[in-house]
Amino acid sequence: MKRCSLYGLTGLILIFVMFVSVPTFGADTLKIGSFLSVTGPASFLGDPELKTLQMYIDDINSKGGIDGKKIEFIHYDTKGKAQEAKKYVNRLIKKDRVDVIIGGTTSGNTLAVIDIVQNAHVPLISLAGSVKIIEPVKKWVFKTPHTDRMAAAKIYEDMKKRGISKVALITGNGGFDKSGRAQCLALAPKYGITIVADEQYGNSDTDMTTQLTKIRATDAQAILNFGFGKAPAIVTRNVRQLGIKLPLYQSHGVASKKFIELAGKAAEGVRLPAAALLVADLLPDSDPQKRVLIDYKTKYEAKYGPVSTFGGHAYDALFITLGAVKRAHSTDRAKIRDEIEKTHGFIGTGGIFNMSPKDHLGLGLDAFKMLEIRNGTWTLVD
Amino acid sequence: MLDQLLQFLISGITVGSIYALVGLGFAIIYNASDVVNFAQGEFVMIGAMSTVFLVGKEVPYPLAILCGVMITILIGFALEKFAIEPAKDASVVTTIIITIGASIFLRGAALLIWGKDIYGLPPFSGDRPISIGPATILPQNLWVIGGTLLSVIAVKFFFDHTLTGKAILACSFNKKAAYLVGINVRKMLLIAYGLSAALGAVAGILIAPITYTSYDAGVMLGLKGFCAAILGGMGSSMGAVAGGLLLGVLETLGAGFISSGYKDAIAFVIILLVLFFRPSGILGTQEADRV
Repeated sequence: MKRCSLYGLTGLILIFVMFVSVPTFGADTLKIGSFLSVTGPASFLGDPELKTLQMYIDDINSKGGIDGKKIEFIHYDTKGKAQEAKKYVNRLIKKDRVDVIIGGTTSGNTLAVIDIVQNAHVPLISLAGSVKIIEPVKKWVFKTPHTDRMAAAKIYEDMKKRGISKVALITGNGGFDKSGRAQCLALAPKYGITIVADEQYGNSDTDMTTQLTKIRATDAQAILNFGFGKAPAIVTRNVRQLGIKLPLYQSHGVASKKFIELAGKAAEGVRLPAAALLVADLLPDSDPQKRVLIDYKTKYEAKYGPVSTFGGHAYDALFITLGAVKRAHSTDRAKIRDEIEKTHGFIGTGGIFNMSPKDHLGLGLDAFKMLEIRNGTWTLVD
Repeated sequence: MLDQLLQFLISGITVGSIYALVGLGFAIIYNASDVVNFAQGEFVMIGAMSTVFLVGKEVPYPLAILCGVMITILIGFALEKFAIEPAKDASVVTTIIITIGASIFLRGAALLIWGKDIYGLPPFSGDRPISIGPATILPQNLWVIGGTLLSVIAVKFFFDHTLTGKAILACSFNKKAAYLVGINVRKMLLIAYGLSAALGAVAGILIAPITYTSYDAGVMLGLKGFCAAILGGMGSSMGAVAGGLLLGVLETLGAGFISSGYKDAIAFVIILLVLFFRPSGILGTQEADRV
């Protein structure tokens, strides 16, 4: 009994100390707020993001903080719901009075809070994919993940190098597929590419030979499949089954070992763009990103297991923020915002960031690496 | 055009065979109890997933397939014993809702056991395409078509020439009369669930080398199988088979000659039209002649 109450007392004191000590350090802390989808349908994105933020913030605090300031990290889980995202962002701004916000995990969550941060004048760095977050440019909103458009551009660039100008497009009916299809269609003229076939399939379909038979009858020089999950593996196999010899391109949606495993021998020769983090080991030592990627990968994997690009987006957002705070020598929201916008030459896991008043993402096409599957594994093409 | 048509037909018949097997499972349970078993798609998934699991545990492939089917049959029995039988006095609609609940439960259990990953099975006999004129077909497609054909013949034989099969038929016509002539109605229902589960598992395993499987693979296949059963006439097992093949071929022809974006819509419009003009399905009749 006595032991229990002793523990209880210690706990109480600890809580007391925590609550009391924070405000006293108030002026000397940087308050970072975040709202991520750690549980719910997007948990496979939000979970590594939160783990990454916590790991690095603890690490930095144990080394004395940033620019002489300790970081206070306040996090809420939106469970993937836009309504919760709005509620928590309001709380972060009004009650917790954070200096900068990192989140949300999904495009839906981010788009829901843009008006709030714009009106409250709080800098926000989103970890979501949609181009709409930063186009048109919003003064207080930034993001770190690459976009579908960049993946499409990367593919077209590679096609151009190989002298391909007629492309057959085949996509699924999911959100990722549709957005990818729209970007592929929109970008094609810019690269002098004609889309000669635009076929679609359902993501739970079991056979795509029909669509591919139609493609075979066109004069396409390459097939581009923008998809996610098992369907691209079926497409890959069906292409080989029909004896189609055209080069096959996949999107970054299948950039995982699982794809090679599922498609088996049919995957040989398939090309796809992938985030550099997935192929960190393959990069030449001269690649400026290599050290950052290996460091992040080793650190994350030592603590939590296999790394994902999503956690990498959180890494980039955190260090862009910290860089801005360091340059601003202040926790003033407006000053931090200005410095985030001036981020230049920051080497992150997603690529090299060069932000500007016109570009609140700041990634070039080098964010993606073009890969070819050879002998059952990735090979760098460029 | 003609060589395209041949390729479309090949893929249509392969896909249709699977719809037929799933639809047949629907028809058998519907016959025995007037209940539409919405967990039918989950049988497909469990058959494939447990085989994948066993193959991963180094169990020889044919044995793994056999065990996969057995496991699914046991789950079919369990579904009848623990979910359907306790509600034996409930109305048909209530029982159908129970099967929907069971399908969600089975999917959730599969998610917990096997995770969200997608799995594949190796093809039964290589993956070198066979050319038929201008079209190509995979050996596995032949397995699917052949496997379906065998299963359908076996089911037909079971209902037409065995005592148990005839007893199940008797239950479907009139439960009370069947009971009075000494047929154990509950046992027949149990067998019907086991048989449906076995058909589902066979469909799942046959198709897994072509289309892969995951914890939610049963949803769409279950829906398509249900459409096949409706299209052919609910309760007519040969109707379910015909409905399945027709659905598969219509889908691919629609995708091939009209637009792949509207593939499912084309199939569903045709189903609506059939139901509008022949509410009992293409092979269904108002009375009798079930199975």
